Amino acid sequence: MSIIIHKNTKILVQGFTGKIGSFHAEEMIKYGSNVVGGVTPGKGGMTHLNLPVFNTVKEAVDQTGASTSILFVPPAFAADSAMEAADAGIKTCVAITDGIPSHDMVKIKRYMRRYPKDKKMGLVGPNCAGIISPGKSMLGIMPGHIYKEGKIGIVSRSGTLGYEAAQQLKDLEIGVSTSVGIGGDPINGSSFRDIIEKFENDDETIAVLMIGEIGGPQEVEAGKFAKENMSKPVIAYIAGLTAPKGRVMGHAGAIVSAYGESAIEKVELLKECGVTISKNPSVMGETVKKVLVENNLN
Amino acid sequence: MDIHEYQAKKILSDFGVKIPTGGIVYSPENAENKAREIGGVKWVVKAQVHSGARGKAGGIIICNSPLEVADATDKLLGKKLITNQTGPEGKIINRIYIEEATDIKHELYLGLVFDRSSESIMVVASTEGGMSVEEISKEKPETIIRSKIEVAVGIQQFQAREIAFGLGIESKLISRAANTIIGCYKAFSEHDATMVEVNPLVVSHQDEILALDCKMSFDNNAMFRRDEIAELRDKTQENSNEVYASDRGMNYVSLDGNIGNIINGAGLAMASMDMIKLAGGEPANFLDVGGGATPEKIVKAFKLISMDTKVKVILVNIFAGINRCDWVAEGIVQALSKIEIKHPLVIRLAGTNVEKGNEILKKSNINYIEASTLEDAANKAVKALG
Repeated sequence: MSIIIHKNTKILVQGFTGKIGSFHAEEMIKYGSNVVGGVTPGKGGMTHLNLPVFNTVKEAVDQTGASTSILFVPPAFAADSAMEAADAGIKTCVAITDGIPSHDMVKIKRYMRRYPKDKKMGLVGPNCAGIISPGKSMLGIMPGHIYKEGKIGIVSRSGTLGYEAAQQLKDLEIGVSTSVGIGGDPINGSSFRDIIEKFENDDETIAVLMIGEIGGPQEVEAGKFAKENMSKPVIAYIAGLTAPKGRVMGHAGAIVSAYGESAIEKVELLKECGVTISKNPSVMGETVKKVLVENNLN
Repeated sequence: MDIHEYQAKKILSDFGVKIPTGGIVYSPENAENKAREIGGVKWVVKAQVHSGARGKAGGIIICNSPLEVADATDKLLGKKLITNQTGPEGKIINRIYIEEATDIKHELYLGLVFDRSSESIMVVASTEGGMSVEEISKEKPETIIRSKIEVAVGIQQFQAREIAFGLGIESKLISRAANTIIGCYKAFSEHDATMVEVNPLVVSHQDEILALDCKMSFDNNAMFRRDEIAELRDKTQENSNEVYASDRGMNYVSLDGNIGNIINGAGLAMASMDMIKLAGGEPANFLDVGGGATPEKIVKAFKLISMDTKVKVILVNIFAGINRCDWVAEGIVQALSKIEIKHPLVIRLAGTNVEKGNEILKKSNINYIEASTLEDAANKAVKALG
């Protein structure tokens, strides 16, 4: 298996007919993802990329049986679209959109809590590269060909640093079960902890590579979870050793504002949790390989 | 985005928070008149720069006559204020705020931020006003009161009351204090703020509760719906290269080193900076040209880096995903035909069509050093410094 998306996962594209939505929908289809249609309010009834367009997510779910959506809606309307997906019974929504206000993110997350656990949507992102289960399905904007099919789970805040890791693993002939980009915003849908828990419960995944950065408490929370609950080894790299305090480094969430949020502090706290640290971004692949050998997992 | 103290106080007063009488001035003459207009016998002259700790740096002067107010203004205007938050280059003082002096009984601390763990708005308060929140949490952590506010319903009277009682406010002033806290919460939630800090919040001998100083930061992502906040931006308070970059949709942070960076993606940019440091160098900047790294963006990035006089070597590190390396390489060739780069240039391409990309660079007449991995790129950049 893989996590979150599989071969037959039915996918809707929110913001389907826009330039960015169209481009990436096509890339996903080329990769083999099961895209079943899209939603653009006011364009319902049209056909786009040979697929049906719907006015509402509810209607799209009713008619296609889609369980998953990917969101390319512009920032000003993204919160509304995510809440619409939650209400329509979508199980996983990946928000690619960069630039959603933090106050809107808090609102979406509060809104999602109104549904009982079995009906609650999982949100991944925003400002992320999406999810790929290599060889099965791609629900994101990554270059699919750099991911080799395999058994390592990747979870990363950064898109390009996640690509870097996938490429390094591929060069060492190590494959990936699923790679999840959780995004660079301060408040996001799924945390590192949420994703590594899924990897722990996935039969196919044998180890997890976590790629974090400065700012926020999520990496350390995931480390604590791993220490107490995980049987699988966790390897981590934290970017931003040289980042100055109090400055936003590109990602809105990449800012050191409290103890435990700098790269050095995170590395120390993760080590205490038994996480193996990749000492620099050039050896993420090698570090994973070393851990696999040490644990007789190769 | 940060704003000035006087702008933040105006916003607070719109939400019913009491502030001392004051006004903004741009000249000593102006200042003297403003002092007379405000009245009283004592005034505070405050340099308006985007920084805390202005008092210790000499940016806040207490005066006993309108003439002194004029002199103090004359002393500050046009000067650069160097605080422990501005860096050694300081920040230019273009505006002065003149305020009536307050007869202070107690100084308190009140701050509002997003709490990233609970995804709620957190009110932080302490009886130890006047110190920075970092100092308070180090020296008097027992005085800190934290209250998480449920954003769906907003702050409730009882929560504000609890904080006020926790701060030891006298019973007769509790409702006044609670309304002040509620006003600050509303300013935070209704303007897409990411931080509101009133330090100090004071109780005066006249039993007034006043915001004596205030810092506010706002969510850049929300500026599309906050015209009234966006127009408060003062670009003279920001690094000029950073302004140039942000106006063109690039994420740029100026640093102290001499290796200039052009990278796509914030995470990869931070990682490349780390590699430079590990290789024994110092990055001159953080620059994320965006996941797309279109040729236009590459041209703008080269322009930006060439504006930085500290730069001695340029490192380009692009991991091409959906955009291909051949396309990125064409962008680089195009950029270098328009801009003359005198410094050694190290280029590392990776990802889609990397061979084609490197081929294009080789065939062009660009003088550059090719690198294969992140580590290789950093090592070569440091070596090129000579």
